Amino acid sequence: MAKLRMKFIKEEQAAWISHLDLMRTFQRCFLRAGLTVKHSQGFHPHPLMSILLPLSVGQSSVCELLDFETVEDVDTEALIRSMNEGMPVGIRVLECYDVTRPVRELKVLHARVEFEYDGGVPADAQEKLRELFSRESIIIQKRTKRKAMADVDIRPMLEEVLFAEEEDKLILTVRVQAQDPGLNPALLATAVEKELPELKPDFVRVRRLALLDGAGAEFR
Amino acid sequence: MDKRLERILPRVQKPARYTGGEYNAVMKNRDEVEVRYAFCFPDTYEIGMSNLGMRILYGIMNEMEGVWCERVFAPWGDMEEEMRKSGMPLYALESGDPIRDFDMVGFSVGYEMAFPAMLNMLDLAGIPLRTEERTALSPIVYAGGSAMYNCEPIAEFIDFASIGEGEDSTVEVIELYRRAKREGWDKPRFLREVAQIPGIYVPSLYDVSYNDDGTVAAITAKDGAPAKVTKRIVQDMNKAYYPAKTIVPTTEIVQDRVSLELFRGCIRGCRFCQAGYIYRPVRNRDPELCAEYARQACADSGYQEMTLSSLSSSDYPGLLPLCDELEPFCEGRHINMNLPSLRADNFSMGLMQRLAKGRKTGLTFAPEAGTQRLRDVINKNVTEEALMQSCATAFAGGYNAVKLYFMLGLPTETDEDVLGIAEVANHVVHCWRENAANHNRGLRVTVSTSWFVPKPHTAFQWEAQIPKEEYERRVELLRGAMKAKAVTYNWHAPDTSFMEAVLSRGDRRLGKVLYRAWELGSKLDAWEDYFSLERWMQAFADCGIDPHFYANRERSRDEVLPWSVIDCGVREDYLWNERQRAYEETTTPDCRSACGACGASRLIGRKCDG
Repeated sequence: MAKLRMKFIKEEQAAWISHLDLMRTFQRCFLRAGLTVKHSQGFHPHPLMSILLPLSVGQSSVCELLDFETVEDVDTEALIRSMNEGMPVGIRVLECYDVTRPVRELKVLHARVEFEYDGGVPADAQEKLRELFSRESIIIQKRTKRKAMADVDIRPMLEEVLFAEEEDKLILTVRVQAQDPGLNPALLATAVEKELPELKPDFVRVRRLALLDGAGAEFR
Repeated sequence: MDKRLERILPRVQKPARYTGGEYNAVMKNRDEVEVRYAFCFPDTYEIGMSNLGMRILYGIMNEMEGVWCERVFAPWGDMEEEMRKSGMPLYALESGDPIRDFDMVGFSVGYEMAFPAMLNMLDLAGIPLRTEERTALSPIVYAGGSAMYNCEPIAEFIDFASIGEGEDSTVEVIELYRRAKREGWDKPRFLREVAQIPGIYVPSLYDVSYNDDGTVAAITAKDGAPAKVTKRIVQDMNKAYYPAKTIVPTTEIVQDRVSLELFRGCIRGCRFCQAGYIYRPVRNRDPELCAEYARQACADSGYQEMTLSSLSSSDYPGLLPLCDELEPFCEGRHINMNLPSLRADNFSMGLMQRLAKGRKTGLTFAPEAGTQRLRDVINKNVTEEALMQSCATAFAGGYNAVKLYFMLGLPTETDEDVLGIAEVANHVVHCWRENAANHNRGLRVTVSTSWFVPKPHTAFQWEAQIPKEEYERRVELLRGAMKAKAVTYNWHAPDTSFMEAVLSRGDRRLGKVLYRAWELGSKLDAWEDYFSLERWMQAFADCGIDPHFYANRERSRDEVLPWSVIDCGVREDYLWNERQRAYEETTTPDCRSACGACGASRLIGRKCDG
C-alpha cells in the first residue's frame, strides 16, 4: 500500500480534456496498466485519486500532479512505462514517487502566457502592460462558484511578470499565487481587456511551467 | 494543432470531441497510404462512437495495408457555426486533414432522420451533394447501415449503398477502388464494376418509372446491374472480427462501456420490427469466445462497465454460463455487467442475481401492446402473466422501478387495446404491493408510448400510419386512464415519427424534398433541438409533394415498393403471409421453437442458430 504522486504533461489535443474526463482517463489507464487504485469505503466506492490544482480546459502544462493510493506496493518505473503506452496523445507521465510533502506547501505557479496579435504586437504594448501589472490594485470581474459576478483584486496574487516578444506574440512569463486563492494566469488577459481594451489580444495561450513552494523551489 | 481549430475550441461546448488523439486511434504515415477513407457518422461524436458497427469496420479497414480509415462526426451547431465562420472545412479526427481530399467517403446511417445531417456534412466538407455533380473518381461517396434497406430518398446523393453487414463487402469495395485508382478508371466504369460486388446497390444504374397515381410502375436495372441486390452477412460469428482493442474516448459518450456482441439476428419475429427481419438469420458466437473477447476488451480499455448487446440478449442460449464464467473476472476488476434488452418472459431469478449486483435501480420491459389480442397481432409473444412473473421476481429481488414501452397506432388497435396499457401498469403496481422486498422505498412505474412507424422489410410495410389527430386522441384517452400515483406516463411528440414514416418508405422523388429541407436549415434532425416539422412541410410544399402519400397510405400487395430491388433475405410472400396472420390474430412461433421458412437461412446455406 502506498500514497503516490505522479507528475505528467498535458498538452496538444489533451489540453482540451476536462478535469472530470481526465480523472476518468487516468482511472482507466491505471486499470489498463494492471494497477488497482485503492477505493473509498461505502455503497458507491470511488477510486482515491486527486489532481492538484485542476487545469482550465484549453491550457497546457508540463507539471501536472496527481495523488493516488494503491492497494499493493508499486514498481513505479514499470508503472510509468505501461501508463505511457495507454495514454491519449498529449499526456505523458514523467515521474512517480512517494508523497512526502503536503499539498498546502504548494505556493506558486510558474506559467507562460502568450498574447497573440494577428496584426503584430502593438509598439507600446509591453510598456503599457508593464505599467498595468505594477499598479497597486487590479480589479477584474470574475464569475464566482455561485455563478454571480464579483470584483476581485488580482494584484496581490501576482508575484512577477516578465516580458518578451516573438513575431506576433507578446510572451509573459509569470509567477502567480497557486492556491488559497489561486490566480488563473488567463485572467491577466481579462485585466488587459478591461483596463487597456485597445491591447486586447486576439488569442491567449497558457502553459504551466512549474509548481513551486514558498522558497521558489520545485514543489514535489 | 490547426490554428483555426485552436481558436475555435475555447468557444464551443465539449471541445474534446473535436480533437481526436484518443487511446487506440489509428495513425498512419500519409506517404505510405494509398486509399484515404473518411468514415462518416451523420450524428455527434457521442452517438457515433457508441456504435459497435463503426468500431468493427474501423478496425477491419485499418488492418488493410495501404488503407487509412479515419473518423468524421457531425459537429454540434455551435461548432458548425464557428467552422463556417473561419472557413474551416470538415476534417477527419485522426489526421485533421479536410475530407474533400480523401479517396472515399463512407457514411454509416442507421436512422432516416440522419439524412439531412449527411447532406450537411458533405456541404461542410466542401463536397458537392449530388452524385452527378461529382464527376471524378474521388471522392466516392457511399453509405451503409440499416437505413440503406431503403436508400431511395438519398439515391441522388450517394454513388452507391452497401446493403447488410459490411465486414466483407467493405474490403471488396476498397480493393476495387484501389484497382480503379491504379488503373485510372473513370467514375462510371467504377460504378458499373462496384455494382457487381454482391450487396452493392448503385441507384443510378436503376431507372424508376411511375404510374399516374404516383406509385412506382417499374424499376429497371441497366448496364449489367443485378435485378436484385441481396444483403451481405457474416457467415460465421466465430470468425467475425471483434474490436477487442478499440478506441477509448477521452470524453464521455452515450455507450461509455465495453459492448460485447453475443449474436446477430433475433428469434422472435415481432411483425413491426425491422431489425428482427433484416438481421436474420440468427447466428450465435460461442460463449467461450465471447468470454475471451470480454476479458480482452475490458483489460485493454480499462472500462468497468460492460453491456452484453444483441437484439434480444436474454435469448442467447449460453447466457447464464457466460455470466458465470465472467463473474470472477468482473468481480476482481469491479466491472458491472448489464443487459440492455430483457424480455419479459425469460427474466429469471438466476439472471437477476448475475446482473448489476450493487445497484438495483430499474428494469425495462417492452410489452409493446396493452392487450393479449394486440400482442398476438404484432407477434410479440409475451403474455401478461409472464410479465407479472418477471416483475414479481424483480420486486422480490429489491428492484423498485420498472419502465414499460408500448406503441400506439399498431394495425387493428382499438380503444380497448389503448386502455389495456393503463391496466397493465395498474397490474404492475399491484404486483409490487404483493411482492416487494421493501415497501419503504416506494415504486416508480414509467410508461412510455411511441407512435408506430411502419418500416420497409417488415410484415407491416404495406400499412398506413394512423393520422396524427387519431394518435393524439389515443394519447389523451390513455392519459385519462392513467390513475395510479406511482405511474408516470410519457408519450413521444408525434412530429418526428411522422417524418420517419415518410422517409422510411419514401422513393427517389423525396430527394428534392430532402435537399430543400436542408437548404431551409435541416441538419441534426434526429435531435429535438434541431427538428422542425414546419420546415419539412415547407419543403414538401415547395416541391409539390404530399407527405401523406408516403406516411398514411395503405399499399396493395401488387404495388411495386420503392425498395423492392433490395433483398434482405426474408421473402416478400413470407412478410405478406405474416401480415395476413396478424389480421387473423394468429401468432407465429419463434425461430427456435419452429422454423417459419422465412428464407433468410439460404444466406448461410444451413439451418440458422435460432
